[in-house]
Amino acid sequence: MILVVLENQRGSIHPFSIEAVAAGQRFASELNCNLGIVCMGEKVDELKSQAQNFKSSQLIIAKNPMIDMYSADGYSKVLSNIINELSPKYVLMGHSYMVRDFLPRVSAKLDIPFVSDIISVDFNNGSPLYSKQVFNAKLATSIELSSDQALLSFQSAAFSSDDIENGSPETEIEFDVQISDQDIRSESEPEFQESSSGVDLTAAELIVSVGRGIESEDNLPLMQSLADSMGAEVASSRPVVDMGWLPAYRQVGSSGQVVSPKLYFSVGISGAIQHVVGMKGSKNILAINKDEDAPIFEIADYAVIGDLMEIVPKLTEEINNSK
Amino acid sequence: MKIAVLTKAIPSYESSIRVDSSGKWIDESVVNYVVNESDSYALEEALQIKENIGIETEVVVVTLGSEANTSKVIKDGLAKGADRGIFIKNDSVTTDPLSIAKLFSEHLKSENFDLVLSGLQSDDMGAGQTGVLIGEMLNMSTATLAIETQAQPDKIKVKRELESGWFQWVSLPLPASISIQSGINEPRYPSLKGIMGAKRKELNTYDGSPENQSQNFVNLYVPKNEKVTEKIEGDTDTIVSKIMDVLKNKLKVI
Ligand SMILES: Cc1cc2nc3c(=O)[nH]c(=O)nc-3n(C[C@H](O)[C@H](O)[C@H](O)COP(=O)(O)OP(=O)(O)OC[C@H]3O[C@@H](n4cnc5c(N)ncnc54)[C@H](O)[C@@H]3O)c2cc1C
Ligand SMILES: Nc1ncnc2c1ncn2[C@@H]1O[C@H](COP(=O)(O)O)[C@@H](O)[C@H]1O
Repeated sequence: MILVVLENQRGSIHPFSIEAVAAGQRFASELNCNLGIVCMGEKVDELKSQAQNFKSSQLIIAKNPMIDMYSADGYSKVLSNIINELSPKYVLMGHSYMVRDFLPRVSAKLDIPFVSDIISVDFNNGSPLYSKQVFNAKLATSIELSSDQALLSFQSAAFSSDDIENGSPETEIEFDVQISDQDIRSESEPEFQESSSGVDLTAAELIVSVGRGIESEDNLPLMQSLADSMGAEVASSRPVVDMGWLPAYRQVGSSGQVVSPKLYFSVGISGAIQHVVGMKGSKNILAINKDEDAPIFEIADYAVIGDLMEIVPKLTEEINNSK
Repeated sequence: MKIAVLTKAIPSYESSIRVDSSGKWIDESVVNYVVNESDSYALEEALQIKENIGIETEVVVVTLGSEANTSKVIKDGLAKGADRGIFIKNDSVTTDPLSIAKLFSEHLKSENFDLVLSGLQSDDMGAGQTGVLIGEMLNMSTATLAIETQAQPDKIKVKRELESGWFQWVSLPLPASISIQSGINEPRYPSLKGIMGAKRKELNTYDGSPENQSQNFVNLYVPKNEKVTEKIEGDTDTIVSKIMDVLKNKLKVI
């Protein structure tokens, strides 16, 4: 059996979960086994009503007031119990922040390996190989497992929600959740958003985005001048914000804004996945990087291989002269 | 309070990463090893907790790897202010998060740490699991993606980063294992006095190689291009005039 575990994201099914269902259906057909879809915890009824639209062998509903709110302790305990009872070969989820937070606990509890952040699967006649990015996305690897069972999480777009086979579950069961007060050690407060008073990068047509490659805060004015010469907004990768060179609202990526300008002009950014998910929808991507193997070049339309410190000032001057 | 900080040696971002002749690992001889980014934030957080909590606190840097790759990491941690080091010497290529966490747990168990701080993710392996695995193995409460902490002698409250701009405060009883997101603080530089003093600090070394790894790399390869990419290279003047052509004539943005 293959299990897919659905996740709620503030009231609806997490987009990564839908891709995980596509993955689950593919696993079930490649490995010729049953597919179970688990709805547990937060907003379980909403998850259930969505899951009733996907073709599967079984819907497994795990309901209990103790897990109405997410906690790593609660979720890992309940999912471990489900795995113990149903003995699935593979348990599949999207590689979300929640999965990062609790699925390793399940792995350690049950001594089942967890292959996280998978970008593709080669089914290899029944003994799958899992590809993932390593060394900061500069290389990829195929991973082979020596165990009978595994937990797997997928990077966004590893499987496509377009491939989902609609239908309905053949059977439905309520899982008997055994959990007590003592199992949950943490206390969670309500989720909140911080008011962002900054610019709306999502509306920008042109973006000059700077990364750690600019090396020093002192070089920011040069980048700002390049942006000004084109009438572009300045954006950045996470380290630039972490180091306090630019405010958080200028950050692009999985923990920043998602942008899709006409031109994304990337300067000294390596192209880690958490950055790329925030800008890969740009109509045109031009990237300057001195490392010709930088992963950003895999998605760039124009790959400028060179030293940004030499190129940016001259380019700014040329643009200004051309007006 | 006793705090362990896991700090890993990883290839610096400028290092050239080449697959070695086995096809399964990188050529380490051309790589410069540095402290994993989120781990340096974890160390700073531990040092700040020690300075502010008001009870006697020991900060211990812990690393696992080969001596050649990790020695700088330990020295750097001690120079910044950690009190002691634990070095788990492992010369084999270890690609399995469960095995790594078991090695750590085995050697950390008897220390009875109140707090284990780790980075959110290692930039080389990118599993994003080690801190949580250890937490479960040592029966600690866990939280990930911490971007603020408030520590007390018996509990810790952390602000967690959630997806798409949301946050949440979570309180955990100690012992706890917490993974730290980058940007949580401003990591300090070691002082000259710290660097001199580091040599006299205690370092416990253990041998630890994994027994059976459940996750093994079959091969390492350079990812394929997803798009048709036009390369722009040459001397600076050539590059600048080619970019001008793109901006002006192809994209018509200037
Ligand atoms: C859960 C999580 C969430 C994250 N969220 C985000 C996010 O929202 N946004 C984000 O950006 N990151 C995010 N990250 C971090 C991400 O993994 C990378 O660490 C980050 O994107 C790297 O930023 P960078 O490319 O600027 O720096 P680096 O990876 O250090 O790259 C710097 C680049 O500059 C190049 N360079 C250096 N000098 C020069 C020069 N003189 N000329 C030309 N090129 C030069 C180098 O070759 C290198 O490629 C997140 C990570 C995690 C784990
Ligand atoms: N070999 C190691 N030595 C020290 N710390 C490690 C090691 N492997 C993992 N860690 C810690 O665990 C975190 C997460 O690593 P990973 O699970 O590999 O993404 C890292 O940021 C480190 O804090």
